[in-house]
Amino acid sequence: MRAMNAMLSTIGAGALSLMAASAAFAEGLEIGPEPKGWFLQESATPVMDELIKVHNLVQVIITAIVVFVFLLMAYILIRFRESKNPVPSKTSHNTLIEIIWTVVPVILLVIIAIPSMNLLYKQDRLPETELTVKAVGNTWNWLYSYPDYENVEEWVSNPLDETQAKEVGQPYLLATDYPLVVPVNTKVKVLVTSINNMHSWAVPSFGVKMDAVPGIINETWFEVYEEGTFYGQCSEICGIFHYNMPIEVKAVSKEEFARFIAGGGLQDDKMAGLTTEAPVTDVAMNGSADVTANN
Amino acid sequence: MVAIHGEDIPVSHSADDEKPGFWARWFYSTNHKDIGTLYLIFGIISGIIGGFLSFMMRMELAAPGIQYFTNEHTYLVFVTMHGLIMIFFMVMPALIGGFGNWFVPIMIGAPDMAFPRMNNLSFWLLPVALICLMISFFVPGAAEGNGFGGSWVMYPPLSTTGSPGPAFDFIIIGLLAAGFSSIFGAINFITTILNMRAPGMTLHKMPLFAWAMLVTAFLLLLALPVLAAALFMLLTDRIEGGTAFFDPARGGDPQMFQHLFWFFGHPEVYIMILPAFGIVSHIISTFSRKPIFGYLGMAYAMVAIGVVGFVVWAHHMYTVGMDVNVKAYFVLATLVIAVPTGVKVFSWLATMWGGSIRFSVPMLWALGFIFLFVVGGVTGVMLANAGITTYLHDTYYVVAHFHYVLSMGAVFGIFAGWYYWYGKMFGHHYNGFLARVHFWLFFIGVNLIFFPQHFLGYQGMPRRYADYPVEFEYWNMISSWGAWVTLASVAVFFIVVLEAILMRNKRRVGNNYWGEGATTLEWTISSPPPYHQFSILPRIEDEPAHGAEEGKA
Repeated sequence: MRAMNAMLSTIGAGALSLMAASAAFAEGLEIGPEPKGWFLQESATPVMDELIKVHNLVQVIITAIVVFVFLLMAYILIRFRESKNPVPSKTSHNTLIEIIWTVVPVILLVIIAIPSMNLLYKQDRLPETELTVKAVGNTWNWLYSYPDYENVEEWVSNPLDETQAKEVGQPYLLATDYPLVVPVNTKVKVLVTSINNMHSWAVPSFGVKMDAVPGIINETWFEVYEEGTFYGQCSEICGIFHYNMPIEVKAVSKEEFARFIAGGGLQDDKMAGLTTEAPVTDVAMNGSADVTANN
Repeated sequence: MVAIHGEDIPVSHSADDEKPGFWARWFYSTNHKDIGTLYLIFGIISGIIGGFLSFMMRMELAAPGIQYFTNEHTYLVFVTMHGLIMIFFMVMPALIGGFGNWFVPIMIGAPDMAFPRMNNLSFWLLPVALICLMISFFVPGAAEGNGFGGSWVMYPPLSTTGSPGPAFDFIIIGLLAAGFSSIFGAINFITTILNMRAPGMTLHKMPLFAWAMLVTAFLLLLALPVLAAALFMLLTDRIEGGTAFFDPARGGDPQMFQHLFWFFGHPEVYIMILPAFGIVSHIISTFSRKPIFGYLGMAYAMVAIGVVGFVVWAHHMYTVGMDVNVKAYFVLATLVIAVPTGVKVFSWLATMWGGSIRFSVPMLWALGFIFLFVVGGVTGVMLANAGITTYLHDTYYVVAHFHYVLSMGAVFGIFAGWYYWYGKMFGHHYNGFLARVHFWLFFIGVNLIFFPQHFLGYQGMPRRYADYPVEFEYWNMISSWGAWVTLASVAVFFIVVLEAILMRNKRRVGNNYWGEGATTLEWTISSPPPYHQFSILPRIEDEPAHGAEEGKA
C-alpha cells in the first residue's frame, strides 16, 4: 500500500504535502529529509555551508576518478579482448607510469586535505558563544536545559506518536512535543551527554553530530541563519527505540527567545486540543506552578 | 609468476592419493585441502544464515512502519547477528580458511600446512563459535527480548548494563572461540609461508595470493588479541560487582572500549579484503595471459595497506568528541591509504593493458570486483574527511560504503576464487552459462540494494533503524527490490553448484584448464590434487627478474 503510494506520488506531490505540513505548524523554514531526496539536506548554518562546499569538491574528484577508471577499463576490455589482440605483450614494468599513478593520487589527496582541514577546525573549534544549551540523551528522549538561565527548568523532548504527528502536521519520527528552542543568528554552544546508554545528538542541516556518552560532556556549536524548524535523529545505537528519539530544534527571533526565557521556558502547547493524550513526561513544564513561581 | 622444472613434479599420484575413511577424513582431518573444503562449506552455511538475516532486514525496511519485527529489539538482534556472522563466519572462513588453506601450501610448493593438527583445531573451533552465536538468539538479552541487539560494535554501556541477559555472554564466548581459531590459523600461515617454501621460491617470487595471506595473517595475529582483551574486559564488566573498565560511574571510560574495538576493527576490514586482492591479481593475470604488472609494487602495496591500517582506527570515531588535532591526524593517515590502494587498482588495469583478455566467469567477477571496489573506495575517501563525516557518520552512506567494499569487494573476491579454482578443487567444471546468470543477477542485485543507500545517507537516514520517517521511503523501497534480485542470484548459485555436482563425471578437467595464462604451482598438479602433493618438492627456476619471463615448464 505504502509502496504503491510512493510509486504513484511524484516529487511535486511530495513537496506539496511537506509544504502543507509546514503551513499547519511551523513558521519559517522546515528542514529535514525530503521525499525522494538524494543529496545533502539544505544548510541552515555557516558550518553546513562549508561542509557542503567541501563535500562538493570531494564529490567532483571521486566521481571523476570513478568515471576515469570506468572508461579506462572499458577501453582496455574492448581494445585488448582475445579476438582483437590474440598475442599478449610481456610488459610488466614501467617505472614512469608507476611514479605517475603514485604521485597524482597524492596531489589529489592534498587538494582534498586542505579545505577538509579548514572545515574540521571551523567545525570543532568553538567560537565565542552567546548561549549554552545542554542536551542529555536518555532512553528514549532528550532532556534540554539552558545552564545560563536557571529559571527555565530542564524539560523532556519526547517523540510524537504517529497520530499526534499527523494532527499537528509534523513528520512522524522527526517531530517532538517540546522542541529545543534557540535564537537565530546567535552562536550556540551545545553540551551533549547521556544518563544511560550512548546516544548521538545530530541535526544534519546544522552539520552537527555529537555523541552523548555517559560520564563525558562533549561540546559542539551552531549558528542558525533563519527562523524555522530543523529535524535530526539519534545517531548512535541506544536500544530498542533508537529509531524513535528524534531531535527537533526550533529557531526563533532573538526577541521571541528573550520572551521565551523571561516566560520561564513556556512553549506553545502543540498538544493542546489534541484528541490523543499528551506523552507522559517526568519533568514539570509548560504552565506548571513551579516554573511560574520562579519568575 | 614462476617457472618450474617439470620433471620435479610427481606425475603419478597413486601412492600419495590414499584417503582415510569418511569419518576420519572429514572429522579428524589434518589435510590442508580437506580442511579448506570444510571451511568453504562452513562459509556457505554461515552465508545462508547471514543472508537470511539481511533479507529480513530489507523486507522490514521496504516500507515505513513496523511490518515484520513487532518487537523492534529483534530487528536490532538481526542487525547485530548479520554483521557478526557475515564477518567472522562467512567472509573470513571462506577467504582465509577456505582458499588460504587450499592454495597457500600448493602455491609455495609445500606438502601441507606447518601445523596440521592446529589447522584442525582452527576449523573445529568455528562450528562451536557459531553454535554459541545461534544459542544467543534464543536466550534473554535485554529487558525487551531475546538475543543481543547492540550491533556488532558491542559498545558499552548498551552491551553491559543495557544487555544484562546471557545472550551477549554467548556472543562473547563465541567470538573468543572464533578469535582463537583465527589466531591459530594466522600462526599456521605465517610459519608455513616463512619456513615451507619450496627450494628457489624466494619471498620475492611468491605468488601474490600467498603474499596477501602472509600480510593478512600478521594483521590477524596483531589485531585479534586486542579484540579478545576487549571482550574479556566486557565480560568482567558485565559481572555484578565486577570490574569497571568501561563504567563511568566507577571511574571507567566507555570510549576506551571503542578505541580497543576499532584498533582491532580497522585491521579487520583489511583482513577481509587483502585475500580478495590476491585472488583477483591471479585471475586478472591468468585471463589477460600476462604476468602481473608491477609485482613488487603489488606485494608491498599490500604490506603498506596492512601497516597503515593499524594507525587509522579512530576514523570510525569522528563524532565521539576527540580532540580536533587527533581527528586531523586520523584524517591525514586515512587519506594516505588511498595511495597504495590506487597502486593496486592501476596495476590491475596495467596488467590487462596489452593482454589478450578472455571473459571467463572468474574474470567477470574479478572485473566486477575492481570496478565496484573503486566505487566503494572513493566513498571511503569521502568518509575519511572528519568534517564531512560529522554529517555522514552512522548514516546509510556508511552502510553503502562498507557494503561496496565487503558485499561487493570481499564477496566478489570469494565468488571469483570459487569459480577460478572450482575445477582445481573438485576436479570437474560448472555450467558457464548458469554461472554467468549468477554473476549478472548478483551484480545487479547488490548494486540495486546499496547504491540508493548513498542517497539515504545524504538525506541523513541513520543506521540501525527498524522504522524511518516516510520521507526515506522511496530509496528504501528500491533497495529492497535489490534484495529480491540478490535472493534470486543466490538461488542460481546453488543451482550452479548442484548442476556441477550432478554432471561431475561428464565435465572432468585437466591439470591446467585455464591454459597458458595460469602459471602458479597449483596448475602443475592434477585436478583435484592428489591427497598429498609434492612428495618431491618442486624446484623453482632462478629467473633473471621475477615475472619478466613467463612460460610453462
